[in-house]
Amino acid sequence: MAILINKDTRMIVQGFTGKIGSFHAQDMMNYGSNVVGGITPGKGGQTHLDRPVFNTVKESVEQEGAEASIIFVPPAFAADSIMEAADAGIKYCVSITDGIPTQDMMKVKQYLRKFPKSERMILTGPNCAGTITPDQAMLGIMPGHIYQSGVVGVVGRSGTLGYEAADQMRELGIGISTSVGIGGDPINGSSHRDIFEKFEQDEETKLVLMIGEIGGPQEVEAGVYAAKHMNKPVVAYIAGLTAPKGRRMGHAGAIISSAGESAAEKVEMLQDLGVTIAPTPSAMGETIAKVLAKM
Amino acid sequence: MDIHEYQAKEILEGYGVKIAEGGLAYSPEDALQRAREIGGSVWAVKAQIHSGARGKAGGVKICFTHEEVEAAAESMLGKRLVTHQTGPEGKVCSRLYIEAGTDIEKELYFSFLVDRTHESIIMVGSAEGGMEIEDLAENSPEKIKKIHIDPAVGLLDFQAREMAFALGLEATQISHAVKFIRGCYRAMRELDANMLEINPLVVTKAGELITLDAKMGFDDNALFRRQKVAELRDKSQEHPQEMAAADRGLSYVGLDGDIGCMINGAGLAMATMDMIKLAGGEPANFLDVGGGASAERTEKAFRLVLSDEGVKAMLVNIFAGINRCDWIAEGVVQAVRKIDMKIPLIVRLSGTNVEAGRKIIAESGLPIITATTLAEAAEKAVQARNEQVAKEGAA
Repeated sequence: MAILINKDTRMIVQGFTGKIGSFHAQDMMNYGSNVVGGITPGKGGQTHLDRPVFNTVKESVEQEGAEASIIFVPPAFAADSIMEAADAGIKYCVSITDGIPTQDMMKVKQYLRKFPKSERMILTGPNCAGTITPDQAMLGIMPGHIYQSGVVGVVGRSGTLGYEAADQMRELGIGISTSVGIGGDPINGSSHRDIFEKFEQDEETKLVLMIGEIGGPQEVEAGVYAAKHMNKPVVAYIAGLTAPKGRRMGHAGAIISSAGESAAEKVEMLQDLGVTIAPTPSAMGETIAKVLAKM
Repeated sequence: MDIHEYQAKEILEGYGVKIAEGGLAYSPEDALQRAREIGGSVWAVKAQIHSGARGKAGGVKICFTHEEVEAAAESMLGKRLVTHQTGPEGKVCSRLYIEAGTDIEKELYFSFLVDRTHESIIMVGSAEGGMEIEDLAENSPEKIKKIHIDPAVGLLDFQAREMAFALGLEATQISHAVKFIRGCYRAMRELDANMLEINPLVVTKAGELITLDAKMGFDDNALFRRQKVAELRDKSQEHPQEMAAADRGLSYVGLDGDIGCMINGAGLAMATMDMIKLAGGEPANFLDVGGGASAERTEKAFRLVLSDEGVKAMLVNIFAGINRCDWIAEGVVQAVRKIDMKIPLIVRLSGTNVEAGRKIIAESGLPIITATTLAEAAEKAVQARNEQVAKEGAA
């Protein structure tokens, strides 16, 4: 089952023939992802990495039945590429691209909302490491070999901190159903809460790990959703205990600008909502192990 | 990116927003000259630094004679002004804005901000201006009016009118206020600002609406298409190490502690800092070297961390995804050899090709302390820092 992607998902790469797009497309294929082609406007009709290149996303949907897309297009053009994917009927899109202007993302979100919910493309990112369903498919840039297949659903804003979690879990023999990166930008395609909804409906996922950080209201909103609508337990770690107010910590979204956005405040609110907190980043694996042992 | 008050006012004037007459000065003589050109008998001398709350720090003076203008300019230029927004190191004032005095009847608050929760621009206003919006929001939230702007249709006239009435303006002032609000909104949208704050917006005794102070902040991600805005950057207002980092494509934030950090990925960087704190230490910085940590980049990052002379130990924590641990280990060994480090170095590598990476460190013969887990790395860093402090104390 898993969520968003599996071994059959027909994937395309937007920004296919560029250096970064080529590298990761190959890596995804090596992992076993079903990459059916790629998009580079003006290079349609060519073959790249043994796959067809298309001028438009629409052509890839019509000719190859593309369902999911990953975006490596430069920031100035990335918003347009995301909207092109949505218009073409792509069901799920990951935007790896970092540095998309905030107002472009507002436009993207507005554009996606015009589709009825049943036909609306799901977007994760921008500025994320992508999504992986271990042993099946990878739509991202993560080191696939550290992910073991299993029952824990992972959602997080940070790429490398997600790797850290996957590694700790593998050391303890705990596997992952799907791991989803939602990215470090202030306005992103899907929130923690959106991904919680998917994990709650997924039969394979028994527990959800949320890897959050300072800034914004999304972690607490997800906690509120979990308390009201989820039967599966949630474990969370919030990074940025030592982050000062008003200073941006790398991610555009990681800045404490108002009350409730610091790591300590988020931890307290999540605990009140019944979420089990991993007290340190090195305790993510063992905290999950403890909760799993009680189930 | 932030800009100065005078720059924001210049921008807004171009969008039809009314400001008081004023001019820029780099010296007391300039200031005097500006005051003469402006005329009248009251002037405000305002320090141009990237911070609010300048008044309390002595950065805004009302003057009634030319001599006072000159003296005020003398007292501010070249000085570090410390406000509660600048941090203890303050910000150097090298430019002044000399402005005609305004007959203030009422002070209002007005701003446009990016609202993450609603994924749109929000318009905020209050009939009680002058004070900080955070204080106002805490003490009397009912006095703040908030209106969300739909990104698809933009600001609508009725929303501008609604805000104008909420600001407590008279019926005769509404059309002016709507023009002012529309101008601000256009500046926000057309220049990719993420913040525009007019505090105070004043109503003069003659009933005019004037922008007395103006702050604008811009989306760094959009500067590539806003060349004119990018040119307004004033590097003297930025933290030197952070600026050096940004110029090298690294993300750095200086902090108060003494354990230097070099980590790949913002989330892992924050998590590692947390671990240092939990182990009883204090991080000296946040530093994300990003995905492609080449030997060259590693060396630059090392130099940057060590340029903070207060650093007593350095921790490198890399989780290699696209990267490979052996490449990073080589970069670290090269950097240490080149730089001649005088403080202990702790390295934790994990991920792709980790065994090869550890072997390179071990065989380098350098006194590098290694760790396999995040917790172990943090503990060893704090221990090494304590030993270094004791050693320096004894010397």
